[in-house]
Amino acid sequence: MDTIAVLGTGRVGTAVARIALDAGYAVHVAASGAASEIELLAEIMTPGARAMTAADAAREADIVVLAVPLHKYRNVDPAPLAGKIVIDALNYWAPVDGVIDEFEGRGLSTSEIVAEHFTHSRMVKTLNHIGYHEMEEDRLPSGMPGRRALAVASDDSEAAEQVRGMLDRFGFDALHSGPLVTGRAFEAGTPIFNGSFTAEELRKELSTSVAALAR
Amino acid sequence: MQLGAYSFGDTQRNPDGTLRSTAEAIRNLFDAIVHADTVGLDYFAIGEHHTVDMPASSPASLVNAAAAATRRIVLSSGVSVISTDDPVRVFQQFATADAVSGGGRIEITAGRGSSVESYPLFGYDLRDYEQLFEEKIDLLLTINRGSPVTWSGTMRPSLDGLDVVPRPVSGSLPIWIGTGGSAPSSVRAGRLGVPVSYGIIGGAPHRFAPLAELYRRTAAQHGHTGEDIKVSVAALGLVAPTKQEALDRFYPGWVNLNMEMGKLRGWPAPDDRAYLAQAHAPGAYYVGDPDDIAERIVHLHGHLGHMRHFLQMDIGGLPQEHLIESLTLLATEVKPRVERLLSKK
Ligand SMILES: NC(=O)c1ccc[n+]([C@@H]2O[C@H](COP(=O)([O-])OP(=O)(O)OC[C@H]3O[C@@H](n4cnc5c(N)ncnc54)[C@H](OP(=O)(O)O)[C@@H]3O)[C@@H](O)[C@H]2O)c1
Repeated sequence: MDTIAVLGTGRVGTAVARIALDAGYAVHVAASGAASEIELLAEIMTPGARAMTAADAAREADIVVLAVPLHKYRNVDPAPLAGKIVIDALNYWAPVDGVIDEFEGRGLSTSEIVAEHFTHSRMVKTLNHIGYHEMEEDRLPSGMPGRRALAVASDDSEAAEQVRGMLDRFGFDALHSGPLVTGRAFEAGTPIFNGSFTAEELRKELSTSVAALAR
Repeated sequence: MQLGAYSFGDTQRNPDGTLRSTAEAIRNLFDAIVHADTVGLDYFAIGEHHTVDMPASSPASLVNAAAAATRRIVLSSGVSVISTDDPVRVFQQFATADAVSGGGRIEITAGRGSSVESYPLFGYDLRDYEQLFEEKIDLLLTINRGSPVTWSGTMRPSLDGLDVVPRPVSGSLPIWIGTGGSAPSSVRAGRLGVPVSYGIIGGAPHRFAPLAELYRRTAAQHGHTGEDIKVSVAALGLVAPTKQEALDRFYPGWVNLNMEMGKLRGWPAPDDRAYLAQAHAPGAYYVGDPDDIAERIVHLHGHLGHMRHFLQMDIGGLPQEHLIESLTLLATEVKPRVERLLSKK
């Protein structure tokens, strides 16, 4: 469990790659094109990460982080991600991204919809409810008071557990909120999305928000 | 180092908090640009927005009006949302202003914009977000290289040897790419060999140093060197005689802006601590007295090597007299301090 592939070299992707490198992981970064197109970018923005194509990056990784623009997720070939833990950090935020029909009307979280494309992957929703520069600034060692906690939703509790361990190495507490549907409790616009919480606070917030989903 | 300001034409407010007229906002903005020229500021940019609280929908119109009413100041958009506009028209409008001004002080800053309100307004599809920008910036740069113009793409009818006039007095216009600072955008600007303008609206501004390096090294890799490879910084800020006055003056507008965005985006109420953190070094808001602002601009220059720093002062309905005083102080008090500090380096 020591290689992480980050698909997307934008604000979120480069931040995730840097914190993964700091945490001692081997990191692959990829964008939509050839490896050569992002070599300089990787050298300067994510020193230590290997620039690859998305397919190669994913194939050789244990965990794949999706950090592409939401409306482009279908351009990512699901085949090399089959059997992998895939972290969906994407958000649908109509006031900012505009209305995307596919994400309207079904009452589903983005991850439930994205999971329909990556049918053979072990989908985990997390890292979506923290700003990209907070990811770097809010990290604290395990056990420090006030450490920030992130929510993790997945139908696959073993995958959730592995991602929890990864987030702990990154510098965050993490709580498994339950199956992927519970990720609706921390979608864009929710109190969890808008706030910053310690583990204890997040546990409380999740128990009310997840209970509200059931109603 | 050039100093200046930019604005989205923020609409002033009545004492009860309701918005005054959008026409008054544009008139105030025009007056502010003329004032900035009179006191000797180097640069003023107008950023395209299409909302009742930010009605500067037509930067080119204001640039043309100001071109006729000013003498020395460089005028630009900041940004023109080129994705949802016609590059032929945008070029013609700014080239017209260039002719009116006598030449040499009209620029275009093209960007994707920080909001998507122009898409439904002009009938564009957000699914084409990247493609629209990629093609339209290419067309704009093609037109700038010379006329007649031959160009083809998928987002707009092609041009087959058509004239695009008037031609700029000095042959071409400075065309910048304005970006919020992602790595791929910095690569794009470097690859195209155009100057880049970073909009820094939160977090420590020196975080942008690797992006500027990525931009410059990408440019060099593609054989672009010289004059056009340069960086400018657009940031929030306000200058007042004392730091405390600046903090007090800027704060109500900052709250208004965050409330508006919060309503739209479902954010919680703005938080004073966040304001104060951003308004002191190494935060992103250049709100302070002339010494403070000069020192922070020069500090950032050590990281980015930028050649121009310009501030958005009038957010959330700042009273006009505070805007005017801030423009004056930036030109007459901050500028000499910046020059002094830079010459010591
Ligand atoms: N802003 C935040 O604080 C925040 C926090 C958490 C989550 N998010 C979510 O994270 C997502 C990414 O946001 P961002 O701000 O990082 O976007 P961004 O800066 O626009 O970057 C997007 C990246 O994805 C790459 N990409 C596009 N298509 C691809 C493909 N088919 N395969 C691999 N890479 C591809 C792009 O590379 P090319 O240049 O090659 O196209 C680019 O590097 C969004 O859904 C956003 O809502 C944002």
